[in-house]
Amino acid sequence: MREAIEVKDLYFSYNGEKFVLRGINMSVRKGEVVAIMGENGAGKTTLIKHFNGLLKPLKGYVRVLGKDTKEESVATLSRYVGMVFQNPDHQLFGETVEKEVEFALRNLGFEDDVVKRRVKWALKLMELDEYRDRSPYTLSVGEKKRLTIASVLAYDPEIIVMDEPTAGQDALQKEKIAEIGKLLKHRKKTVIIVTHDVEFVARRVDRVILMADGQVIAEGDKRDVLTDLELLDKARLIPPQIPHIAWLLNKEGLIDNYKVIHVDELVRILVNLMK
Amino acid sequence: MELEALSFKYSGEERLALNNVSLRAKAGEYILLTGPSGCGKSTLARVLIGLIPHFYSGELNGKAIVAGYDIMRTPTYVLAKHVGLVFQDPENQLFLSNVEREIAFGLENIGLSAREIGRRVMKTMKELNIYHLKDKAPYELSGGQQQKVAIASVLAMEPEILILDEPTANLDPRSADEILGLIHSLVREKGILAILIEHRLELAAKYVSRIIIMNEGSIIADGDPRNVLLNPKANIIGVPNVVTLSRRMCETGIKLNKIPLTPHEFVSAVRSLVKNYERSYRS
Repeated sequence: MREAIEVKDLYFSYNGEKFVLRGINMSVRKGEVVAIMGENGAGKTTLIKHFNGLLKPLKGYVRVLGKDTKEESVATLSRYVGMVFQNPDHQLFGETVEKEVEFALRNLGFEDDVVKRRVKWALKLMELDEYRDRSPYTLSVGEKKRLTIASVLAYDPEIIVMDEPTAGQDALQKEKIAEIGKLLKHRKKTVIIVTHDVEFVARRVDRVILMADGQVIAEGDKRDVLTDLELLDKARLIPPQIPHIAWLLNKEGLIDNYKVIHVDELVRILVNLMK
Repeated sequence: MELEALSFKYSGEERLALNNVSLRAKAGEYILLTGPSGCGKSTLARVLIGLIPHFYSGELNGKAIVAGYDIMRTPTYVLAKHVGLVFQDPENQLFLSNVEREIAFGLENIGLSAREIGRRVMKTMKELNIYHLKDKAPYELSGGQQQKVAIASVLAMEPEILILDEPTANLDPRSADEILGLIHSLVREKGILAILIEHRLELAAKYVSRIIIMNEGSIIADGDPRNVLLNPKANIIGVPNVVTLSRRMCETGIKLNKIPLTPHEFVSAVRSLVKNYERSYRS
């Protein structure tokens, strides 16, 4: 089985009237780093809540590592799918930073020494070890976010879903999150990032799933999706700067290739142009 | 606004949160205040609205004059009429049953007449283009609309200084861009001083008239956005790709006549370069 997550003809409504997901088809392969993008209200968060069974399809199905989420409990699915939600205040409740990270590990019945080791590793990784004894509520927004990531990484799920991990993070912490993504990919984890941070996606993911209005409007290699400005416009996203420049230069007839996403590539093209 | 050799240490902490900060700003400026997490920018914002020293305990030294008031000697309720603060999360700032009442709340608190309140609420809703939302409850609004209401409720107080602490962190890029642009036009129309705390320079740089970068409690760069972003010290804040691209072009010997802050500016700079090359080639 290659698919980590498979979504087929998924419909969902919170109130039974207005459908917020309307026939979603998508899949994520094991070991992939995928971004789900779209404006607020496009249905991204509703979609990912199906991945650990918090929400169940009204129509269609969601399979996680081959298991139909309708037949599994949230507790079971959570072993495989670690969720980092957008608002850390909705997720944090531990007395101290250390206890917060311990929570899932204890719940899953790990031995004491494993718990200790994992907590130490996760806190160090997210640069939170000095806050070990503080209450999570005294942390800054960025630190809280890193704490929720640490709590999930500590219990080592197969699939990690992060909702807007870079929101409100400075350049350094974004870089850190990108490094975590790389590390997870290296460890053959599946990583799904919900985000509107186009610059982050341009540099850091393999594939992009674009949503608008409860539907998937495009799915493909980031080089194809992020360089298609008409498509990004449909999803009401601002294009990343490099593809945007390449697109404009192409429109003016100055360059032929507009599928450019990295600074280096564009420097090369422009240096050639000026020769 | 005038700060001179301002330092602050939160009680119980060893490190100075603000370390010898001096800064002057005048009406009509739109300043982007940025820097890594923990650099002191939110602490500085707290000083500017008087939360420091009046609500946070710690050791404050130096001079801080804001809107003509000495922070050390002015109670926050006086400052509140002159300095407005918009937070990151509008949900924490909005709590009344509809938008109109939300905007009126601050005005009622400073004891204005019903007529004056009505006038200001109406004027502000029109300026921010949210009149059609006046009977809605804040929770019925999108994040972008909520943030506009939060800004409206602050603007209705007619402050001379507006401070925005990451007002768009939870918004999608287009809504964020709209809010940052809205502040730009407010600054121009009203001649207020706006101080924006924000990490996403690719969105904010094109609107502001000045960028200040802080690190470890001190100001490390301050000036015109184009000059500041060219300064190597700006690297700690993540320079927008369009600036990185221009710098790299420059390194290869291709100089643009002006450092661009947007893709459109970049392309027009390249266009004029190409034209020049063609001209020199022909002659």
